[in-house]
Amino acid sequence: MTAKPDKYDIVIVGAGPAGSITAKTAAAHGSNVLMIEKRQAIGDPVRCAEGVSKPQIKEHIEPDERWIAAEVKGSRIYAPDGTSVELSEDVSGAEVGYTLERKLFDRALASEAALAGAEVCVKTRATGVIIEDGFVKGITAMHLGEECEIRADIVIGADGVESKIGRWAGINTTLQPSDLETGAQFLVADIDIDQDFCEFHLGSAIAPSGYLWVFPKGNRSANVGLAIGGDVCSQGDRPIDLLRNFVEERYPNGKIIEIVVGGVPTSGPLEEMVTDGLMLVGDAARQSDPLTGGGIINAMDAGRIAGEVAAQAISEGNVSKARLQEYETIWRERHGKRLKRSLAVKNRFVTMNDSDLNNLVHSVEGIDFSTMTLFEMLKVLVRKNPKMLLSLRKLFV
Amino acid sequence: MIGVNRYKCGYCGACVSVCPIGAVELVETWIEIADDCTECGTCAGVCPIGALEVLK
Ligand SMILES: Cc1cc2nc3c(=O)[nH]c(=O)nc-3n(C[C@H](O)[C@H](O)[C@H](O)COP(=O)(O)OP(=O)(O)OC[C@H]3O[C@@H](n4cnc5c(N)ncnc54)[C@H](O)[C@@H]3O)c2cc1C
Ligand code: SF4
Ligand code: SF4
Repeated sequence: MTAKPDKYDIVIVGAGPAGSITAKTAAAHGSNVLMIEKRQAIGDPVRCAEGVSKPQIKEHIEPDERWIAAEVKGSRIYAPDGTSVELSEDVSGAEVGYTLERKLFDRALASEAALAGAEVCVKTRATGVIIEDGFVKGITAMHLGEECEIRADIVIGADGVESKIGRWAGINTTLQPSDLETGAQFLVADIDIDQDFCEFHLGSAIAPSGYLWVFPKGNRSANVGLAIGGDVCSQGDRPIDLLRNFVEERYPNGKIIEIVVGGVPTSGPLEEMVTDGLMLVGDAARQSDPLTGGGIINAMDAGRIAGEVAAQAISEGNVSKARLQEYETIWRERHGKRLKRSLAVKNRFVTMNDSDLNNLVHSVEGIDFSTMTLFEMLKVLVRKNPKMLLSLRKLFV
Repeated sequence: MIGVNRYKCGYCGACVSVCPIGAVELVETWIEIADDCTECGTCAGVCPIGALEVLK
């Protein structure tokens, strides 16, 4: 479908989780919404390990077996020397997490946006923003090879890690290499793994300034991937090289049926996420968790708040920065503290050597984490390792 | 000049996010480098798969 009217209340750039939830919410609140996506197929190729918490995803959408590849009960974290601790975020003992099929999940979210009344236009790439009288008034775009102008009272950048919308409107979104985790992942088929648990492996040889994950994907397969600090990535030791080494050694008979590459912002959220006539959501606003790299739920939460605030602003006829700021304020109230803590832990974590990491895991060996959240586990770690984690004490009292 | 090996590139956009001047663009399945590139090499540094190279 081509973009017909050249004026909308809201134009959303990017049809990932952030864009689709924003579009769905704003359309449901009565705004005239267009969501554009540069790819010709929403959700493809994937750049994600597809792990989410079950209760959190349920806050946004009714789970549907079409886009759930597997369910897990918990996680095991492995120190460089192989010692492990087990973590499961659920008190009742039921499954706690999903591995999604993001190709289908992202599409399901986009069709929810469409069903709520949003227009969707694929193979359409934003190429710039239109600024008049200091306000963002729309975008320029390329649709099926044709340049066009799309005017809107509010432009929402949901354009992911490679976001340009913010930059074009004068918000500096450039990441330092150390503020990016760069990663690679194989979907490995026909392997023997415990389908009930996610694995996380730490260590400088496996994933310097990062970690390696094994997320069950059902039917003897798993997403096996790793991400490392962008500043420690070098020729010969890139994510793809490190991953190949691990997979060859650990799953010599596994078959790789998909390759994923990608970067996730670990800078912590942008200092400003809105300006006159413009809002940024999801990875575009660097809202992913700096410690875990998880960004799907954060993107969806932001999309919901942004969609509501944008629709209200439209109905009031006020799209100034001051008005749109409400989105940022609510978002920070809900997520700011947690992400700040994550950033502090990540900053400490990347300075640890293998023996520090071994000591950390040993310090909590045998402790029953089965009813603890990640936050509670970090709290125990800080208590058990007062010296090593001195700088984090204030954050975990 | 920055060389892009499009046979290697997995079009993930990681390189776009670190360019200090916004000279990298991910157009669906390929990477374009604008003429104002300063050849600082930051983009090439973070590529997970090694598809970018500063060519002398
Ligand atoms: C290797 C890896 C593993 C990860 N694992 C997890 C995980 O297990 N769990 C988790 O929660 N998170 C994970 N993440 C993070 C997660 O994938 C992101 O945080 C999430 O996708 C962010 O959603 P988004 O909607 O903000 O951006 P995206 O999902 O990136 O969507 C942005 C969309 O905008 C489009 N776009 C960009 N520029 C333009 C333009 N100019 N015009 C039109 N469209 C444009 C893109 O094509 C894309 O479709 C991982 C990331 C990586 C790289
Ligand atoms: S970081 Fe590498 S793989 Fe990703 S888009 Fe850039 S050149 Fe391609
Ligand atoms: S070399 Fe530097 S300026 Fe040129 S595209 Fe890469 S990051 Fe940008």
